[in-house]
Amino acid sequence: MKEGRTHKKFQKFGMVIDLDKCTGCGSCMVACMAENNVPFRKDESNKLLSITWMRVYKLTNGMPFPKIDVCYLPRPCMQCEGQHEGHSPCVSVCPAIATDYSMESGIVSQIYTRCFGCRYCMASCPYHARYFNWWDPIWPDGMEKYLSPNVSPRMRGVVEKCSFCFHRYQLAKDRAFMEGRPELQEDEYQTACTQACPAGAITFGDLNNPKHTVSKMAEPDPKHSGRPKNPNAFRLLERLGTNPKVYYLSSREWVRRAGDNYLKNEKKVKKPVHHG
Amino acid sequence: MKIGRRGFLSFVIGGAAGTALSPLPWKMMDDSSIWTQMWPWTPVPEDGEASYVNSVCTLCSGHCGITVRKIDNRAVKIEGMKGHPVNNGGMCLLGLSGLQLLYGPMRVKTPLKRTGKRGQGQWKKISWNDAVSEVVEKLRDIRSEGNPQTVGFISGSDRGTVSRLFDRFLTAYGSPNFMRMPSVRDSYELTQYLMQGVQALPGFDFENADFIVSFGSGIIDGWGSPVRMSRVHSAWQSADVKVIQIEPRLSNTAAKSDKWIPINPGTEAALAMGLAHVIVKESLYDAAFVKNYVEGFFDWKNLVIDKYNPDTVASITGIDRGTIVVLARGFANASKPLAVCGRGNGTTPVSLDECMAVNALNALVGNINKKGGVWAVSEPNYINWPEIEMDAKAAAGLQHERLDGAGSKTYPFTRYLLPRLPETIDSGEKFPLQALFVSGANPLYTHPDTRAVRNAFDKIPLVVSFSSYMDETAQNADLILPNHVYLERYEDVPTPAGMIQPVIGLSRPVVAPQFDTRHVGDVVIQMAKGLGGSVAKTFPWDSYDSCLKETLGDLWNFLMEEGFWSNTGAMPPFFGTSYETASGKFELINKDTGSIPQFKPVSIEGDEKDYPLLLIPYDSIRLACGFIGDPPFVMKTVEDSVLKGKDVFVELNPKTARNQGLREGQRVVLTTPKGKAEVKVHLFEGIMPGLVALPRGLGHTAWDEYLAGKGINFNALIGPVEDPDSGLDAAWGIRAKLEKA
Repeated sequence: MKEGRTHKKFQKFGMVIDLDKCTGCGSCMVACMAENNVPFRKDESNKLLSITWMRVYKLTNGMPFPKIDVCYLPRPCMQCEGQHEGHSPCVSVCPAIATDYSMESGIVSQIYTRCFGCRYCMASCPYHARYFNWWDPIWPDGMEKYLSPNVSPRMRGVVEKCSFCFHRYQLAKDRAFMEGRPELQEDEYQTACTQACPAGAITFGDLNNPKHTVSKMAEPDPKHSGRPKNPNAFRLLERLGTNPKVYYLSSREWVRRAGDNYLKNEKKVKKPVHHG
Repeated sequence: MKIGRRGFLSFVIGGAAGTALSPLPWKMMDDSSIWTQMWPWTPVPEDGEASYVNSVCTLCSGHCGITVRKIDNRAVKIEGMKGHPVNNGGMCLLGLSGLQLLYGPMRVKTPLKRTGKRGQGQWKKISWNDAVSEVVEKLRDIRSEGNPQTVGFISGSDRGTVSRLFDRFLTAYGSPNFMRMPSVRDSYELTQYLMQGVQALPGFDFENADFIVSFGSGIIDGWGSPVRMSRVHSAWQSADVKVIQIEPRLSNTAAKSDKWIPINPGTEAALAMGLAHVIVKESLYDAAFVKNYVEGFFDWKNLVIDKYNPDTVASITGIDRGTIVVLARGFANASKPLAVCGRGNGTTPVSLDECMAVNALNALVGNINKKGGVWAVSEPNYINWPEIEMDAKAAAGLQHERLDGAGSKTYPFTRYLLPRLPETIDSGEKFPLQALFVSGANPLYTHPDTRAVRNAFDKIPLVVSFSSYMDETAQNADLILPNHVYLERYEDVPTPAGMIQPVIGLSRPVVAPQFDTRHVGDVVIQMAKGLGGSVAKTFPWDSYDSCLKETLGDLWNFLMEEGFWSNTGAMPPFFGTSYETASGKFELINKDTGSIPQFKPVSIEGDEKDYPLLLIPYDSIRLACGFIGDPPFVMKTVEDSVLKGKDVFVELNPKTARNQGLREGQRVVLTTPKGKAEVKVHLFEGIMPGLVALPRGLGHTAWDEYLAGKGINFNALIGPVEDPDSGLDAAWGIRAKLEKA
């Protein structure tokens, strides 16, 4: 890590998800499962046990018919940076250093062979982005053929989560190195969900690089630990100070408010915003 | 030796400290954590050389370009093809899980012959030669008895060489009974034929429209080509295009629209007529277009003015007068307005009235065959086969009317009427069906009133399924001749649903066939050769692949290289002269049939007294409800407010629930005139009071254990309702009641 620090300025990979464009189709969820060898079981309707690195939540504004409105919110791992680099909720509690913060990429790793399944990280993650393997993964006869060699299948007893498709970063870096290029192009490293999203609602890139679309969209403020300057942008549970690297955009105020745990009597919204 | 308190304590503390300082506990912890994780059955995927194959996804009529990542000879990931005119890199969740279908447990691995009773699931493996000759023998018998018309073919599509081979086979054999699976395309085709005089594909220039009125079309819920629609939808967000969604339930499309207008179900045509009233009355229509290119305007105008004033329409639709007027003005004043119909994902037709009324709206604002409007897209014409050789038997067989009644005196211009088939078979009014082939379709699941369909099928002595998967129809067949999965075969894929630019894609083998399956095109050619005579002569090709290569000609090499051909600069047929009607104009009133855009309510099954509620279906892109069922990955995305364990939830407005004395999560019995099922209640403010909504796509009895036995098949609870003008199934719902279980 020290070596990395002396090198060049770090990257901070992050994501901007445009909730106005998101249609809630679930492509990101499946693209992620297919990319990352995520297991499945006969019954996946208990969502506490269902492993979905990327999960699309359905939000409603709680209004009665016909004023009700619905919005979908895809939730990958937020890759929290915390108040100082690497102080993410999960990294700081892991007794086995099975999850770590990469200073080079800003990605929170998960090292399955180190994890011994204490699940502290799950308890500490405010986003429910971490999942525990209660069972060994079982693929029906023949289906193991589609497993990707780039991501190791997990065993019973370990925690897993979204890695921002870190293996794609490694592959892109290897390619760039072989071609003698010191830096990656913006489109060279993209996550599976970003690539698959039919609506183009997900944008991925380096938040530290002002030329990357993510920085232009979210306008993170480095003085206030990355808080977005774009008035339509927000992060989930901003006030916890987890400093996530996933930003959301929405033109609807109720959606932006739903992103944090506002209290009912807190700063009334001037006029109820109904989309439509 | 006496151990004192002091001695004891120092021994224990010393021992503990000693052990802690030794490597023992750490080593043991390390070993145990390694041991708990090193199960030999956790697979280690083999590494190898990575490569990519471009192909086309044919799991729905969206026809996206795909790029499949391979490691050696294994396909490991399906991704969207960059630069493809339909999806440009994006991919829907069903397409992304295609490898679970390729390698999945629901595959039919060899030809199977039924040994037990139908549907019992007792099969015997047979060789391809035996299977094909068994079919050929049966067909030869039927033909020699002079009954070639008693053979039918149900196909998922009627476009592309594979479907055309089926049709060609039947024609040469002597049967008119080639049937395509129903969809809203049926309504649009008929509407375009009656109003514009052309047989064409309905195309919608959504990319250039700026005011969309959708009569319940699930624009982002699977309607048309789903990924294209998603892309269009995102473009609308940036371009500030207005989208008005009219439907009784807050679908995803409704939630994402600029305005959701809840409407009494089944009254969409009335609203369209109401909008026309305002537009005509306030002279907001495109006068030049109407004057020069529209026939029958004045007669229709009188009807519109007389019968569909906003107050009348308000009472029919439940939409208030002001909203109707504002919507009509907004639509007519927009520079590129576009109205579209076809409920949900568009896999069910709508009544002719409704489709004509919506098309009339488009004509009023003059956007027929114009930028941002509705186009009559002609099929790329690349299939030019030699004339079919017909012997006397074939000619005699083809004299018979179709079993489904399409093209008959009653429904002269409707091309396919598959939903009428079960009833015709049951009534026995025509000839009995002696053999039925099914390919790319799963009618025993997707057809309304599944029980009746199954009873009708039971009367057919030979049912042959070409399904690659053990679906409901395959399960109830006598013979299964499994086709290669789309990732194992060549096939030309013509223009996707709703596109305006002609596209031809080439689906090609990504991996070698995994099992003892055979291309259905090859099987048809072999069947023809087996029959001999004129039928064999009609199929001069050795194999399907050579047929395809020959058909595509120069295009073959191009497609092999590029993966798809598309005419990006496609222009619509000229709006002034593109009508092949009697008058040479766009006809609001078709004089032959007397068809006129209007509103006649589609009758609904059930008595209001016994069934106080209305059951309507809803479509979600996360629930595949066509001939493909949800693969395991897609099942993972189904929300727990839709399916929990094996229970499906029906959506109820809290007000309705209160009236019925029901609460969230309660187990109830849902009864319709067609059947009953146990479901759970989910309260949802996004549905009109008095309605019950059930998702389509669940309740499979076949497929794999990841899908089968979960929830209820909507089609088991509803029957078809025949549209008297077209014969199409125009049912939008059915009366229902809920009782505590």
